[in-house]
Amino acid sequence: MLEIKNLVKAFGGLRATDDVSMTFETGSLTAIIGPNGAGKSTFFNLITGALTPNSGSIVLDREELVGLSQMQIVRRGIGRAFQIASIFPSLTVEETLLGAAAADSGQSGSLLGRFPAEGTRGEAERVARMLGLWSKRNVPASNLSHGDQKLLDIALALMLRPKVLLLDEPTAGMGPEERWQMIEKVRQLWELEKITVVFIEHDMDIVFKVAPSIRVLCYGRLLAQGTPDEIRSNPAVIEAYLGTAHGEEAA
Amino acid sequence: MPKLSVRTELLVAFAALAVLAMLPAFTSSKALVDFVIRAAAFGLFATSLNLLVGYGGMVSFGHGLFFGLGAYSFGLLMQRTGLPIPVAFALTLVISALSGLVIGAICVRLKEIYFAFVTLAFQMLLHSLIVSWVPLTGGDQGLLGGIPRPTFFGVNLANHIHLYMTSAVLLVVGLLLMRQIAQSPFGYTLRMIRDNPGRTSFLGVNVFRTKLTAFVLAGVFASAGGTIMSLFVSSAYPDFAYWTMSGEAIFIIMLGGTSTFLGPMVGTVVLLLLNDVVTRITPHYGLVLGIVILLFALGLRKGITDFIVEWFDDRRTARITAADAEEGAR
Repeated sequence: MLEIKNLVKAFGGLRATDDVSMTFETGSLTAIIGPNGAGKSTFFNLITGALTPNSGSIVLDREELVGLSQMQIVRRGIGRAFQIASIFPSLTVEETLLGAAAADSGQSGSLLGRFPAEGTRGEAERVARMLGLWSKRNVPASNLSHGDQKLLDIALALMLRPKVLLLDEPTAGMGPEERWQMIEKVRQLWELEKITVVFIEHDMDIVFKVAPSIRVLCYGRLLAQGTPDEIRSNPAVIEAYLGTAHGEEAA
Repeated sequence: MPKLSVRTELLVAFAALAVLAMLPAFTSSKALVDFVIRAAAFGLFATSLNLLVGYGGMVSFGHGLFFGLGAYSFGLLMQRTGLPIPVAFALTLVISALSGLVIGAICVRLKEIYFAFVTLAFQMLLHSLIVSWVPLTGGDQGLLGGIPRPTFFGVNLANHIHLYMTSAVLLVVGLLLMRQIAQSPFGYTLRMIRDNPGRTSFLGVNVFRTKLTAFVLAGVFASAGGTIMSLFVSSAYPDFAYWTMSGEAIFIIMLGGTSTFLGPMVGTVVLLLLNDVVTRITPHYGLVLGIVILLFALGLRKGITDFIVEWFDDRRTARITAADAEEGAR
């Protein structure tokens, strides 16, 4: 279980994360929504240690994460994929995953023996197959489609066997059809891996259809949380964000 | 790139060594023997630089430091201590590794251009030290009096053929070891850092330690090249540690290509040939070399082996596309 309590991050006078508390149950799938500048990415950066909070606590399975380095937090089981796919352009899909597997098994500095490192092939193949990248295993990452690059980014995070996977806009920059395919992959991996998945998403249709649980951020504060139905009918959310009661009218 | 098995690589290395070993039996040309010795020295030097540039994305302008350090350390050890050659050679490598550790610890954290210039600064520091510390180094004159070459294990490096064989063995063994480094999990981690250091660190890799290790290893192999050079000329000169030496190595890997393991070796042979041919024809060696550099840097933007690899890749892609089209037609 990932518990966030009274988290605050201020940039000068701007409180990008303002006293946010929320809990992600183990094995849950949660969407985070909110208008631009709501502090969604900052929130992820705080959890992964890319930013240090001014105050508050982040506890993963009873272990405090605030104060740990990014690397330590990764090792504790927080995985992350980026808004703009962060991959290795000249390596093939398979090399990328095998390289991550070597890092995960502590063999990334090994000068003896050949790449791939011992005992890393199985996991790389499993993750690549799950995300539909296995047939493209010999393609250099730079030649992949935009969607596949984002999948590779997620695959990279999965190679470290995270307990919690944070996805920053997995469907950013995609066409409508591609978006649904992507989010379906995310839902599948959530079911198969039985890990906690939290994703940021702008497409309300996707959010309301896929996420059993939704959190709304607005001006750095947690505005509302609940099931899609609860969020859809929440007056504060409607006023701040949705504009109209979503579903009654195509917003 | 096709991945060769370790056994294939060893086979290729052994075949190359066999050819080199038989060469003196077929020709009495001293120029050819000399050529191979120089190619061994520069080949190790350039290939080690490519570990940094091609695999690690660290463009060092000061790699000649290790070439010069190797030549002077070995030369001075032989002149002043009377140690057997293998021991002096091993000590030379240790000295280079320790220097690489200290210099690397300062440099590898720096980004591109800063890394390039601080490595260059360290090299110029060594060069000034060599030029000004006359009692030890002989200053401008280089190490005076020749490097003693006592026989060890029946190998007499004062003998031209013995030196030739030793250089060939050092070259092949050095290339095999660097190939192992490039193909190890470490080598792939290095490629990942070159492509995306931020993400690599996010995977839990210690980026600093990986880069530092690469810097030290590259320095060690470069100093082995310097040692061969000092044995060849039986001395060491400040030029070995001058910035033009680093420039030469950069030119070699640009010429040969940075994307293949043997690119720098091809570049070495081509540059040495160019050197030997051009200096015979015209005194304006620098001018010709400059034009060739411009041609590669501006015109082709790739090295020789990069073209060969691309040609193979294109052919393979064409084959796959053709097969796909055929399947689609069915």
